[in-house]
Amino acid sequence: MKRTHFRNKILPYLLIAPQLAITIVFFLWPAGEAVLQSFQQEDAFGLKTSWVGLANYSDLFSDPVYIQSLEVTVVFTIAVTAAALIVALLLALAVDRAVKSGPAYTTLLVWPYAVAPAVVGVLWWFLFNPTIGILPYLLSLVGYHWNHALNGTDAMILVVIASAWPQVSYNFLFFVAGLQSIPASMREAAAIDGAGPVKRFFTITLPLLSPTTFFLTVVNFVYAMFATFPVIHATTKGGPAGSTDILVFKVYNDGFIGLNLGSSAAQSVVLLVIVIALTVIQFRFVERRVQY
Amino acid sequence: MAAITLKSVGKTYAGGVNAVRGIDLDIADGEFLVLVGPSGCGKSTLLRMVAGLETITDGEIAIGGRVVNEVEPAERDIAMVFQNYALYPHMSVRQNLAYGLKNRKMAKEEISRRVDEAARILEIGAFLDRKPKALSGGQRQRVAMGRAIVREPSCFLFDEPLSNLDAKLRVQMRGEIKQLQARLGTTSIYVTHDQLEAMTLAHRLVVLNGGKVEQVGTPLEVYRRPASTFVASFIGSPAMNLMPARAEGAVAHVGAARVQLEIPAEGAMTLGLRPEDLRAVVPGTEGALHLKTAYVEELGAQRLVHGTVEGTPFGCAMPSDAALADELYLAAEPGAAHAFDAQDGRRLG
Ligand SMILES: Nc1ncnc2c1ncn2[C@@H]1O[C@H](COP(=O)(O)OP(=O)(O)O)[C@@H](O)[C@H]1O
Ligand SMILES: [Mg+2]
Repeated sequence: MKRTHFRNKILPYLLIAPQLAITIVFFLWPAGEAVLQSFQQEDAFGLKTSWVGLANYSDLFSDPVYIQSLEVTVVFTIAVTAAALIVALLLALAVDRAVKSGPAYTTLLVWPYAVAPAVVGVLWWFLFNPTIGILPYLLSLVGYHWNHALNGTDAMILVVIASAWPQVSYNFLFFVAGLQSIPASMREAAAIDGAGPVKRFFTITLPLLSPTTFFLTVVNFVYAMFATFPVIHATTKGGPAGSTDILVFKVYNDGFIGLNLGSSAAQSVVLLVIVIALTVIQFRFVERRVQY
Repeated sequence: MAAITLKSVGKTYAGGVNAVRGIDLDIADGEFLVLVGPSGCGKSTLLRMVAGLETITDGEIAIGGRVVNEVEPAERDIAMVFQNYALYPHMSVRQNLAYGLKNRKMAKEEISRRVDEAARILEIGAFLDRKPKALSGGQRQRVAMGRAIVREPSCFLFDEPLSNLDAKLRVQMRGEIKQLQARLGTTSIYVTHDQLEAMTLAHRLVVLNGGKVEQVGTPLEVYRRPASTFVASFIGSPAMNLMPARAEGAVAHVGAARVQLEIPAEGAMTLGLRPEDLRAVVPGTEGALHLKTAYVEELGAQRLVHGTVEGTPFGCAMPSDAALADELYLAAEPGAAHAFDAQDGRRLG
């Protein structure tokens, strides 16, 4: 790495000061506050705050509703990541084959990423609306009665699709770049070596894409766990009966709607730990580039 | 082992580029054929059509008597060595060699026998368990060759396999490829833009220009009797001197200089003289070529004198102890003159 030496001793600190200030005010301070609050409990009128030690945490992990939210989050995160990765990879493979029409498709496929998450939520909410939506109407033609307001599975499918959709664009771009960095001669050599298209995909293309895939998996995990709040908020609001109540949404619900600040703070700290863990994984492995 | 036949083979790319036109070739079983020509003349395209990596838009290619126009690359019984080697980076050397055999459902024992045999021949046994990344350029080149020979195909196809190596290694690998091919006796088509590589490797070479065959022949035939000014300037290093001349009887006139031709010719023509076919004569000799020296290149065994004769760039190879002067008077060795048509550049006679 290249090092720059400043003659002025104070200048470097001044240069990073704005960034540091933002980090402190908008991240470290609230995070510290959350850690503090997670050890406290406030009475119903907000008059008295008392130290309760780890009580908020032990309450949390013995609360079946929180355990359900954990499970929902795991299912949701894996489903969003898998859906967004697989669809993006299929689209990228299609574009990689059609070199000429590639740029046009690529431009179209990138658009969803530019749509604000709340709008994405509203869009899919309309499409899936049981009374006015087009998709429930089509489903009713094949005999399925869609209702994400009552059916937990329907609700989960809705939020997974709505959340994965914009992420497909993001993944798609990385997969296209990844595919194009694989020399054509590699696939040609494999073709001469007697590997058909499917075998070639699984033994050559997929392994060579693994650094991209790994990077995207981590990014999509983080996205699904933390950045899908607006989508949930605009569609199911965690319902029905908590079936789409992922951790981030629950923090908001318990803290700002339920005003149970102690529990909400403890939940935030749990999320904080998860983010830190994912970040460590990302830096450890992605920086080192997976295998070969 | 197989003979390969090309019948008026042509290729027009989807964009309309006519990369290869009407090529007829008969490649004998066990022959080492080199396709040589400048960049963009269609060498790779032609080779890739034989491999099955490009569709054949015109004509017919047969390998071992079987027309392969519609046959998949894997079914053509060929092996190819790519310019960038195209080794699978996530597989060890052993897996790289075994991949093509595994895909063909060969028995495990046979695979390991062949891999070990190839490793022995190419002396890559010591790093069979390494990934390609951990190999030097020369070692990668050997692995790429190994991947071709384990298959025991009826034909090897090489696309500029040495162009990523440094000069010294290139010469060494060139020798090894030649010996290996002689030993295995496998029909080979080798593409290069390097005329020296072409001359040293080929049983027969095919000079391509703009997608068409310019000349086919053994290296010596092509060197001694280039069919056109294109071949004359492309084959041989330093390149043949070509200059406008006027023929009268069997004598070419370049200004005051006169050069004896092999065949009678009349009127405007292009005279070709190889730098190594010239010798210095006493200054002022009647009819000698008058070279105005610009600069000299010392090659050790020889010195190359560059300058102009009658305004045309001209070079000549002198013994390293030859006297140097601002002006040299040169005469051609008997029978050294090449005569070409002034318009289309074809060889006269
Ligand atoms: N895939 C392709 N599509 C269109 N034109 C191509 C393609 N590949 C090569 N060409 C053109 O065909 C000509 C011959 O190319 P190539 O066979 O690669 O030449 P060489 O190997 O002799 O340098 C060139 O003009 C090149 O631009
Ligand atoms: Mg080429």
